[in-house]
Amino acid sequence: MSEAEAFAGKVDAVSRDSHFTDDGKLAQPRDLAVPAPAQSPVESRAIFSGKLLPYVLLVPQLAISLVFFYWPAAQALWQSFLVQDAFGLSTEFVWFENYAELFTRPDYYHAVGVTFLFSGVVAFLSLSLALLLATMADRQIKAARVYRTLLIWPYAVAPAVASVLFIFMFQPGLGLFARALQASGLDWNPILNGAQALILVIIAAVWKQISYNFLFFLAGLQAIPKSVIEAAAIDGAKPWRRFWTVVFPLLSPTTFFLIVVNITYAFFDTLGIIDTATGGGPNKATETLVYKVFQDGRLGADLGGSAAQSVILMAIVITLTAIQFRYVERRVHY
Amino acid sequence: MVEHRRFGNFLPHLVLLIGVAIVAFPVYMAVIASTHDNAVIANGQMPLTPGTLGFENYWHTLTAGTGRTTRAPVGGMMLNSFVMAVGIALGKIAISIISAYAIVFFSFPFRMTAFWIIFVTLMLPVEVRIYPTYKIASDLHLLDSYAGLTLPLIASATATLLFRQFFMTVPKELVEASKIDGAGPLRFFKDTLLPLSLTNIAALFVILFIYGWNQYLWPLLITTRDDMQTIVIGIKKIIDVHDALTEWNVAMATAVLAMLPPVLVVITMQRLFVKGLIETEK
Repeated sequence: MSEAEAFAGKVDAVSRDSHFTDDGKLAQPRDLAVPAPAQSPVESRAIFSGKLLPYVLLVPQLAISLVFFYWPAAQALWQSFLVQDAFGLSTEFVWFENYAELFTRPDYYHAVGVTFLFSGVVAFLSLSLALLLATMADRQIKAARVYRTLLIWPYAVAPAVASVLFIFMFQPGLGLFARALQASGLDWNPILNGAQALILVIIAAVWKQISYNFLFFLAGLQAIPKSVIEAAAIDGAKPWRRFWTVVFPLLSPTTFFLIVVNITYAFFDTLGIIDTATGGGPNKATETLVYKVFQDGRLGADLGGSAAQSVILMAIVITLTAIQFRYVERRVHY
Repeated sequence: MVEHRRFGNFLPHLVLLIGVAIVAFPVYMAVIASTHDNAVIANGQMPLTPGTLGFENYWHTLTAGTGRTTRAPVGGMMLNSFVMAVGIALGKIAISIISAYAIVFFSFPFRMTAFWIIFVTLMLPVEVRIYPTYKIASDLHLLDSYAGLTLPLIASATATLLFRQFFMTVPKELVEASKIDGAGPLRFFKDTLLPLSLTNIAALFVILFIYGWNQYLWPLLITTRDDMQTIVIGIKKIIDVHDALTEWNVAMATAVLAMLPPVLVVITMQRLFVKGLIETEK
């Protein structure tokens, strides 16, 4: 690894050098002249004139995208407009009936509620804890890197495995925390109690996400010029006030970015946590929208309704991605 | 620190140490549990210090697994996970770097169309197209195969965007120079662009290895045989929350083994990991 890095670093330096000797350009023959750069940044880079080669280079990526991404997505969209009879013998095109039907079902609204509660709490808790830790680490210039190492590794733990760690500690009768809670008189049993099951998956989901948020918050905090904070201190602002009036507003691009990422995480990436810990139960108490698609599809009963649910999720992902990319445009200018 | 405080840095260190402890504690418990006898764990008498059965438990887990719910040894699951993680990481890097190369360095009809086709896949995660994707994979006879575990996941808009962004910073002079040297597009790619991209490739590999190792939904769908499952999905079958007879020592040893490779990657290659994480999110 270090060898590769050193090498890349060297090449990096070379390329930077050539950048600086811009005016001392190599004399170039006329026939090799690069086409005039157009407005789009992509346009200006087009340099080679292969006819077939670019398509050959694109084929693997496009083929996999079309076969495993577009085709299934199109099928989900198509199926969401169809109703199949009980024996799967005939199908009928019903426009938006599946969607209309979905929004009459109490269990769908229940999943919507669970999803919002779960995502909101997970995002809020993991962001707050990470911000607290990052603020503390930011003050320790020397030790910040050590703390970073000690705090970021849970990023590498699979959600399902994180879930297992918490199941063990909260398993009624044998887990350390479960026994402590039971000893304190609480009837702790996430296998039967829906609210407790939800708390369990929230804890596991928050634990897993703190490291990611910490890393980005710390990077954001370290990018804030110290002179701004000193100026506020000279004006007599105490640390608490400085944080909320100077640091926190300057951190808002990072915070906003992380909110979107955390909601995406809570919506989609926590399926492994939920499936391992509760299987959506008890009595659908931990059934999020994504888990519901997974579960309903597995039972295989209502193809159209299940497809309609997938399409709604697709719309959610598209919205979240669009927000994220619009924001990134802003961050570039920032 | 702007001003001097009476208690110095005591409070920040305290908060951070508590944070580190909270983050590490669940893993500590798993490590401890993996060194005890299951009977001790099951009756809630597990001490907070390591037991003596560590070697035995891990050996048993790796070579035999549990005798009950899933009979596959965890060693085999780890091999599957490893093949999947490396396959996904290398596959994604390979097809992304060549498609980004085509998009940035060539001019051809439908270039922007190709770019958008790749870009939009960002908005179609497995979770929103679960069963149609499964059906296609099964029609293509990809069930229970390494190809099935990796191929459908290797299209990557993120990696393509990353390489595209990087390629656009490569100075034009470099291309001109290699053209003067008589290099064609393939030579330029191999001799100039690839060496320049090594750090990016390494950083991306770290992130994608973790991504691949930690996959859950797709391996769950695509594997039916116990000997094809990955460790991340295998662990779910080892613990059964409703079953009082779960072999917790084996389950926790499996959890530790499932965490070990990706966590080691993060810790030993921290610089690349941080770079990869921040770059891929741009």
